[in-house]
Amino acid sequence: MTVVVGYTPRPQGRAALRVGIAEARARGEDLYVLNVSSGASLSDPTYATEEQWAEVVEELRASGVEHRAERHVDGRGGAEEVTRAAAEHDATLVVIGIRHRTATGKMLFGSDAQRILLDVDCPVLAVKA
Amino acid sequence: MGDIGLLMDGFANALQPIYLVYALIGVTLGTAVGVLPGIGPAMTVALLLPLTLTLEPTAAFIMFAGIYYGGMYGGSTTSILLNTPGESASIVTALEGNRMAKAGRGAAALATAAVGSFVAGTIATMLLTLVAPTVARLAVQLSPADFVALMVVAFLTVAAMLGTSPSRGLASLGLGLFLGLVGTDSLTAQQRFTFGIPALADGIEVVVVAVGVFAVGETLFVAARLRRGPVPVIPVSGSWMTREDFRRSWPAWLRGTAIGFPVGTIPAGGADVSTFLSYSAERKLSKRKSEFGKGAIEGVAGPEAANNAAAAGVLVPLLTLGIPTSATAAVILAAFNSYGIRPGPLLFENEPELIWALIASLYIGNVMLLVLNLPLVGLWVRLLQIPRPYLYAGILTFAALGSYAVGASTTDLVLLGLLGLLGWAMRVFGYPIAPAVIGLILGPIAEEQFRRAMQISQGDPTALVTSPFAAITYSVLIGLFALSWWLRRRQSRLAAEVLGDDDVVPATEALPAGEVVDREGSGEPQPTGVLPVALLDPPAGTTPDDERGDRR
Repeated sequence: MTVVVGYTPRPQGRAALRVGIAEARARGEDLYVLNVSSGASLSDPTYATEEQWAEVVEELRASGVEHRAERHVDGRGGAEEVTRAAAEHDATLVVIGIRHRTATGKMLFGSDAQRILLDVDCPVLAVKA
Repeated sequence: MGDIGLLMDGFANALQPIYLVYALIGVTLGTAVGVLPGIGPAMTVALLLPLTLTLEPTAAFIMFAGIYYGGMYGGSTTSILLNTPGESASIVTALEGNRMAKAGRGAAALATAAVGSFVAGTIATMLLTLVAPTVARLAVQLSPADFVALMVVAFLTVAAMLGTSPSRGLASLGLGLFLGLVGTDSLTAQQRFTFGIPALADGIEVVVVAVGVFAVGETLFVAARLRRGPVPVIPVSGSWMTREDFRRSWPAWLRGTAIGFPVGTIPAGGADVSTFLSYSAERKLSKRKSEFGKGAIEGVAGPEAANNAAAAGVLVPLLTLGIPTSATAAVILAAFNSYGIRPGPLLFENEPELIWALIASLYIGNVMLLVLNLPLVGLWVRLLQIPRPYLYAGILTFAALGSYAVGASTTDLVLLGLLGLLGWAMRVFGYPIAPAVIGLILGPIAEEQFRRAMQISQGDPTALVTSPFAAITYSVLIGLFALSWWLRRRQSRLAAEVLGDDDVVPATEALPAGEVVDREGSGEPQPTGVLPVALLDPPAGTTPDDERGDRR
């Protein structure tokens, strides 16, 4: 039984991480933190840099929660990977950060948040920054 | 002097609001494609060719020149902030520029690159203003035999210099010459290589070929090969330029200009070579040799000045002799052709308004680029977040649209697809594309001049070499070859030395794309220089840790 966090190095991603840690602690479950880039563009602000990832790892270690953290590039993109991880780790809860998007932005680039909300089988906790 | 008066007329023309708008569009687009790795000015001009056919030539060429210059500016931004050259002429900039950015002096690096580009671009444009009309005046009384000599120069230099090997260049040239033969012979009305297909009777549209091989082929190639995970962007930090930075930069700018302009005018492979030469000159002359490799500002200032100066230098042979010395120049030549304007000695006489407005627009474009680049760095970097599939889809759609627009015929679309595959195959096997395009454009002109020369001499082939001009041209050709060969050897040696990579081959066309180079020589490989070379023989892709590597 696991709590899965979809992390991005943004305020809402950090908020999701904080909430995820608290939830895992309250439920007494493992925590699985995931940061994925589709690798489709040369610069991706949602993909954590070395330093940002080190901070995440440090925060997890300090929390004392049983955890695994993974950061990788996968062509299928963030939403797909979070959904896959949730199924694989038998998640009881998925925590993601959400933000305002314009209609045009969503039409052009799609919404990872929406896809996770609809595709994941367990409850999804959407956190705002 | 009459030229100054003509230049002033040119300014009066180029400063018209509508031309200013086209110049702005040009430099903006140019900067954007310069920033984006895998897309260069040659591809962009090719894509815009069909869409600009309805414009008047002056507007179109002002835009194209803006794209060419803009590409040189834009490439440096990606080099400095991502350590990934956006353009092959900016490979060297990444060496010192990225170190500077990492050391918190990114702003100073960007500033010296932009101001250096401006200074060099402006000085080189002045040189162009002085040199080009003189060359044109000297070259104006040429016989058909002399033209043939010029074409031979163009063919051989481009074929030999714009590729990884002369034999590949010649093969590519031969292909272009063959494509140029397709159609109806202008003297005898014989159909040649048309296979009875009516659409081919008028010959293959140059625009379709340029779009096919430069845009479609290149996109297919880059889409198939360029797979790099996200690269961290170093935030712009530090002060713009301190007095010390300026004091160290300006001699490098001037030296870069002095190296870049002449290198641009000879067929040595365009701007790339000049950046390597400038970098090594700076390193040799610097009193702070130990700083090189750790973020020496001269190492950014010199090469950035050199590539812009070279871009102006390339325009001298292009405008006065009709000889392109870089891939982008080849496409611009295609543009001249599709307007029915023949670049060459007569251009300054026949189209003074166009030429002088174009030259004046270069001065204006440089100012625009300086204003656009520095304050908007953040915006340019955000362009890199565009997912590549969107970019490629956009380019291919644009290419198809443009080719269809030229003749409103579906045959052109089929042709475009075939030529795109051809361009892709040529890239995969390391054949340069520019010689093919030049063969296609200059081939028919050369043939006509050759046959005219033979008619005048009543079939005596010695007429081709006996005129003083032709004789001098052929001797100069030999000299040029020696010089270019020497420059390229130097470049590959420098590249090997500078980049710490043994199998670095001289960068060929303005066709960047990326792979990973271990710049430290040891330690963990980091995503660094984007070498066109590395693409030909990609090393194992490496991206930050944690990657499961299932991308490649």
